[in-house]
Amino acid sequence: MALRSWISRAAVLSGAPGLRALDVSREEWQRISQDFAAAGGRLLAIWGSGAQYPDSVICAAYLADQAGLLVTLALPDPDTPFPGLEGDFPAAARMQRAVADLSGLHCSDSDTRPWLRHSAWPPNYLPLRDLPPPGPTLEPVIDSYKFVRVEGEGVHEIPVGPIHAGTIEPGHFRFSVVGEKVLRLEERLGYAHKGIEQRFTQLPILEGHRLAARVSGDSAVAFSWAYCQALEGMAGTSLPPRAAWLRALGLELERVANHLGDLGALGNDAGFALGLAQFSRLKEYLLRATHEAFGSRYLLDLVVPGGTSRDLSADGARGLANCLQLLLPEVSRLRTIYDEHEGVRDRFTGAGAVTPELAVRLGLTGLAGRASAQAFDLRIDLPCEPYPALAPAICGRSEGDVAARVAIRFDELAESCRLIYQLLGILPPGPHRATVCVPAEGSIGAGLIEGWRGPVMVVLEAGPDGTIHRCHPHDPSWQNWPVIEHAIIGNIVPDFPLINKSFNLSYSGHDL
Amino acid sequence: MLKTLRQIASVGIVTEPPPRADASLRVREGLQEHLRAVLGRALCIRHIDAGSCNGCELEIHALSNPIYNLEGLGIRFVASPRHADLLLVTGPVSKHMAIALRRTYEATPDPKLVVALGDCGCTGGIFGESYASCGRVSNVIPVDVTIPGCPPTPTRILEGILAAIAR
Repeated sequence: MALRSWISRAAVLSGAPGLRALDVSREEWQRISQDFAAAGGRLLAIWGSGAQYPDSVICAAYLADQAGLLVTLALPDPDTPFPGLEGDFPAAARMQRAVADLSGLHCSDSDTRPWLRHSAWPPNYLPLRDLPPPGPTLEPVIDSYKFVRVEGEGVHEIPVGPIHAGTIEPGHFRFSVVGEKVLRLEERLGYAHKGIEQRFTQLPILEGHRLAARVSGDSAVAFSWAYCQALEGMAGTSLPPRAAWLRALGLELERVANHLGDLGALGNDAGFALGLAQFSRLKEYLLRATHEAFGSRYLLDLVVPGGTSRDLSADGARGLANCLQLLLPEVSRLRTIYDEHEGVRDRFTGAGAVTPELAVRLGLTGLAGRASAQAFDLRIDLPCEPYPALAPAICGRSEGDVAARVAIRFDELAESCRLIYQLLGILPPGPHRATVCVPAEGSIGAGLIEGWRGPVMVVLEAGPDGTIHRCHPHDPSWQNWPVIEHAIIGNIVPDFPLINKSFNLSYSGHDL
Repeated sequence: MLKTLRQIASVGIVTEPPPRADASLRVREGLQEHLRAVLGRALCIRHIDAGSCNGCELEIHALSNPIYNLEGLGIRFVASPRHADLLLVTGPVSKHMAIALRRTYEATPDPKLVVALGDCGCTGGIFGESYASCGRVSNVIPVDVTIPGCPPTPTRILEGILAAIAR
């Protein structure tokens, strides 16, 4: 009930359907967080805007009851800490530390260690408040970071990264172990921080979708669609039906390609190289069909303001359908092989388990959440066009282990292929792109898209003359990275690559 | 087991012939002739993500699929720079990765080659240079070959790697 009253007080926000926005007082800021936590709502993101504007503001986005709420708290005195939300939502802690690093807005949490800032820029330089610094910036030096030490007889530390032993993004993991058993894992991220949010403010608002697509390259369609959804809402563009259908096609192709890649890699990490060989072959066929259909293997530049950069020809559509026809029986054969292979089953079952209770407490989201009984999917809960007509089925498991995350991928792969067939069959005629005008200065919008990893959000605020005042892209990895620290407890170190891969979180999308 | 064997037999060998080296991708000459004699036909690559968006990594993974079958050409990825002949570097180099990249370069035994992969590795790409980004790879370590693209296709990457070793 409490949620309903907050949501009914809020104004409709441009962009994704079902989103509302509310300006709140400090006291309401805390009460909303408590009410959402008590009612099973979820925290989507926290971000800040620096002091160059009338006021510094801190913002939070929540999801519950088929609705989304964006709340904004003005901070007239940026030196007074704002109330931290980490007590209600543990995932808030790192987001708040990132806000302090980038915008200089501090919260009441006692963990004041920097998160995204290592040593590349001084603490008094605030990337989202200050203009780019003149002249040379700091020469990077090794900084010290206070990891939590585990003490006791026989405990030793294993530091891993930032460069890992395979083709993986950079990050640091600090294991405290006894023998092979992991007592504690502490992550340190931020190595891939390349100033994406500041870079947005230097781009014309009609070109920001290109950067959005490169927040996390494996989720290019999800991020660029979320960006364009926000922009089109602010500009009052009505999206041609064909454009929405083509975007959904791109999003589902992205999901299938990533799931194929992960299923192969997971087999490989369980010591079953055949899985990698077979799934990577199938993924290659899909990428080639995608290339035939849209002119590139990965759809980094498919979604543009007003629609899509390319149309789909009848030949391209036929090629995609033929590819799925080849793919599906092979995937189902391989699923049987995985299910019946004792070695694979032994490694998958029980590894890296996250119980539904822990998943609720920590806010586990997206694909990994659905493997731990968190049955949320934006395509069903807050669907944008064309998803209401497609009626996607939600895939769910409750075991929360590697095996469950593998099963979810198999289920979602099949479901996405069904959606792709459906999309190809009912692709509406007409233009695939509309003209988008520059939104008015100060207008705000938000896009929400269920990427293959989970819910992706982009919040956009227009500056004067077609510029971007502020753009915050949010990847679901923010919620899920801290959960891996719990999933690994009690497992052995050699199972970490398998468990980590079963989540397959983004470093770039998190580090920004 | 029978199903596994049947799967292997029914797929057969799907590997395609490799492309030719594209010498135009070389940005630094002179080292290759010497290396060619030392390396023969085997090459060990250490990949470093110095701050990429993870797009290029997807295509690096594709090199190892049975269709491009990089290992079939005697080229393989290794886990340590001390085992590597060639560093394949992606991303604009983030400031936070600059030290790790330089140390990896220093840990790689001579003679060594560096290939900068993707638009960001070649020029800094859409991220450019900023408070957090050093931009192109050659701003941090010497680069022999650049392979542009966002991301470059596996065929393009192969053309560049083969150009680096002048095969």
